[in-house]
Amino acid sequence: MKKTVFLGALTVAGLAAGAAAAGTLDDVKARGKLNCGVTTGLVGFAAPDANGEWHGFDVAVCRAMAAAILGDPKAVEFVPTTGKTRFTALASGEVDVLARNTTWTLSRDVDLKFTFVGVNYYDGQGFMVPKALGVSSAKELDGATVCIQTGTTTELNLADYFRKNNISYEPVPIETNAEGQQQYLAGACDTYTTDASGLAATRATFENPADHVVLPEIVSKEPLGPLVRHGDDEWGDVARWTLNALIAAEELGITSANVKEMASAAGNNPEINRLLGTEGNLGEMLGLSADWAVNAISAGGNYGEIFARNIGENTPIGLSRGLNAQWTDGGLLYSPPFR
Amino acid sequence: MSEVSYVRTEMLPEREPPATTIGVIGWMRENLFSGWFNTALTIVSLTFVVMLLNAILPWIFSPTWYATSLGECRDILRGMGREGHYPGACWGVIRDRWVQLLFGFYPSELYWRPIMAFLLLGVALAPVLFSDRVPRKLLWFSAVYPFLFPWLLWGGPIWGPLMVIAGFVIGWFVYRAADKRAGGLAGIIAGVLAAVIWWLLVSGYVIDGVSAVLPIGIEAVQSRNFGGFMLSVTIGVVAIACSLPIGVVLALGRQSDLLIVKALCVGFIEFIRGVPLITLLFVASTLLNIFMPPGTNFDIILRVIIMATLFASAYMAEVIRGGLAALPQGQYEGADSLGLDYWQAQRLVIMPQALKISIPGIVSTFIGLFKDTTLVSIIGLLDPLGLSNSIRADAAWNGIVWEIYGFIALLFFAFCFAMSRYSMYLERKLNTGHH
Repeated sequence: MKKTVFLGALTVAGLAAGAAAAGTLDDVKARGKLNCGVTTGLVGFAAPDANGEWHGFDVAVCRAMAAAILGDPKAVEFVPTTGKTRFTALASGEVDVLARNTTWTLSRDVDLKFTFVGVNYYDGQGFMVPKALGVSSAKELDGATVCIQTGTTTELNLADYFRKNNISYEPVPIETNAEGQQQYLAGACDTYTTDASGLAATRATFENPADHVVLPEIVSKEPLGPLVRHGDDEWGDVARWTLNALIAAEELGITSANVKEMASAAGNNPEINRLLGTEGNLGEMLGLSADWAVNAISAGGNYGEIFARNIGENTPIGLSRGLNAQWTDGGLLYSPPFR
Repeated sequence: MSEVSYVRTEMLPEREPPATTIGVIGWMRENLFSGWFNTALTIVSLTFVVMLLNAILPWIFSPTWYATSLGECRDILRGMGREGHYPGACWGVIRDRWVQLLFGFYPSELYWRPIMAFLLLGVALAPVLFSDRVPRKLLWFSAVYPFLFPWLLWGGPIWGPLMVIAGFVIGWFVYRAADKRAGGLAGIIAGVLAAVIWWLLVSGYVIDGVSAVLPIGIEAVQSRNFGGFMLSVTIGVVAIACSLPIGVVLALGRQSDLLIVKALCVGFIEFIRGVPLITLLFVASTLLNIFMPPGTNFDIILRVIIMATLFASAYMAEVIRGGLAALPQGQYEGADSLGLDYWQAQRLVIMPQALKISIPGIVSTFIGLFKDTTLVSIIGLLDPLGLSNSIRADAAWNGIVWEIYGFIALLFFAFCFAMSRYSMYLERKLNTGHH
C-alpha cells in the first residue's frame, strides 16, 4: 500500500514535471516575467550597476528575449548563478533560459540534456604574459608556472595543449578571476590563462596594460551561447530565433535607431519585411506577436550595437570583432534566413 | 610627664612618588622596558608596527572618494605624484556601492523597511538581553516580533503573519483540549498536527480569501532582491534566534532516558555535525530543486535559513550539553528532592546554570554562524562577498580588491565585536561568585 502511494506520488510529480516543461513560453507569458540565469558578475558580459540594473553582453540577450515575448525589455528577473549552480538552476526550472557565457560542448548538450540555441560569442582560451618575459609564442612557455582557474574546461584545455606540444608547466590553482589577477600581478605565475575575452578585460584593468601581451595562440574553441532545457522545442525556437534576429538585423542594416521607421511600412527588401512583421506571419508561427523582432531589436539594438556597447573596441575591454564578425566580413556569424 | 615628645605629633604630608614610577613613564618602565629582554622585544615590535603603518596608512589616506572609476583613481593619484603597484586606495568604489553592499537590490524607496526591522530588532531584544534595565512589558513586543520581522522584510498582505499566529493559537487550543481528554503526549502531538495542518493546507486559502475582501498590506519584495549585509544579517539573526531553543531541546534529548528521543537527537546532531555547511547549502540550492516538482516555489533564502539553523542547532546542542555536563550531580538531585518535576527542574535549576556556563561557547557559535553566512555566495546569493564579485564585474571597478574586502571586513568586525562584548557583559552580570 505504502509503495503504491509512493509510486503514485512519483508519477504525479513526473507528470507535473512533463506538463510544466511542455509550455515554457506560456509560463513566461502568464508570469509576465522572463527568468534569466546570468553569472554573478563577469566584466562586459553581465554585471549589476549601482542601482541594481543588470547590464552586459549576455544580459542583452535576455532583454531582447523579454522584449520579443512580452514587449518589455525590463520584464526580466535576473537570477545570478555560479559555475556550480547554473545547470541545476536551468534543469529544475528556476530559470527559463541560461545566458551565462557557457561553452557549447557535446556532453552538456547531450548528457546534461540542454539545447544550445546558438552562439552569441566565439571565444577561445589564450595566454597573457608580462612583456618583460620576452615570450612571443605559447610554445616557448616550457616549464612556466601558469595561473589557472580550477574545475573549468580551461584547466583541461591547458593540459591537452601542453601535452600535445610536449612541453611542461606548473599549475598555480586559483578560484576566481580576481584572484588570478592578483596572483599574476604579484608575480606568482609567469602566465595567466583563461578565455581571451577575459584576458582582454583583465589586462584593461592593469596600471600599465602595455607591459603585458596576450599571446597569439588560441588553444581551444569556446563557443558561448544561451541554452534552454531539452524537450521544449517551441521555447528553444523562440530563444534561437531571437538571437538570430539580432544577428540578421546587423546583416540587414537594421539598428535600434532605424527599426521603428523600417517597421512602419513594408520596404523593398522582402527579408527585412518578413523579419519586422510587415510581411508574412513569422511571429505568429513562433507564438509571438508580429512585431516581436522589432521589440527585440529596439531593446538594445542589433548584435553589432550590443557588441560595441558592452565589449567592443570603444569600451575599456576593447575586444575586436574577430571571429564574431558577420560572415560577410569574414567572421562566423551566420543567421539562417527568415523565410 | 615631660612636655617633650619623642615622636612627631602630626603626619608628614604625602610626597609624590618618584617621577619614574608614575604616569606614562612609570607605566612604560613597568610594562615595556622592565628588563633587557622586554626592552628588546618592545623595540622590535614597535619597529614592526611602525613599518606596517608606514606601508598601510599612505594607502588608506588616498583622496579618491569622488572618483567614478579605477582609471580616475589612478589619474588622481598620478596627479599627486604617487605611482607604483599600490599607490593608494580607490575609495570611489565604496562611495558608489556602499548602499548596494548594505541592502543588495532591495528597492531603494523601501529601505526604511529593513532599517525599521533591524531597529525594532533591537527593541525586541532589549528585554531579553538587558532584562534588568528594560520594563518587562516589552516582552510582549518581543513575542510578536518574530512575525513582524519577515513581514517588514518581505512585505505582502498582513494576513500572512496573522495566519501564522493563528496557527499557534489553534495548536494551543487543540493541545489544551486533547491534553484534558487523552493526556500530555497525545495533547502535544495533536496540537502540533493541528497547527501544521492549518499552516500547510488551510491557511493559504484563508489568506487568499481575506486578502480579496480586505487587501491590507505593504508592497511585496522578492527574495532575489535581498543582498548585501541585509541578507547576511537576516540569515544570521533568524538562524541564531532559532538555533538556541532547538539546541536546548536537542541537548536535553541527547541526555534523555527515552530511547527513541535520544537516538533521534544523537543521530541528528552527529549527522549534521559530520557534514560541512557548504554541503548542506548545496543540498538546499540544487538537490531540493531536483526533488521538488517543477513550479514549486520554495524560497531560496528560506531554504538557506533552514539549513543554517539546523547546522547551528547541532553545534549549539553540543555546547549546551557541555554546560549540562559541568553541573554537579547534586544540582539534579537537589532539584529532585524539592519535588520539582522534569520541566520545572530544567527551567528553575538546571538550565539557568548550564546556560550561564555555556555563554562563551554559545556566543562563539553565534559569531561563527554569522560569518558562515558568507558561504551563500557560492550558491549564487549576493551576500557582501558575492556582491564584491559583481561589483568587480563592472568595467569601471574591475581590478579593485582590497578596498571592497576591507569595507566588508570592517562591517563584519563591528557585528562580531559587538556580540563578543555583549557576551562578556552578560558573564559579568550573571557572575554570582561561586569561587
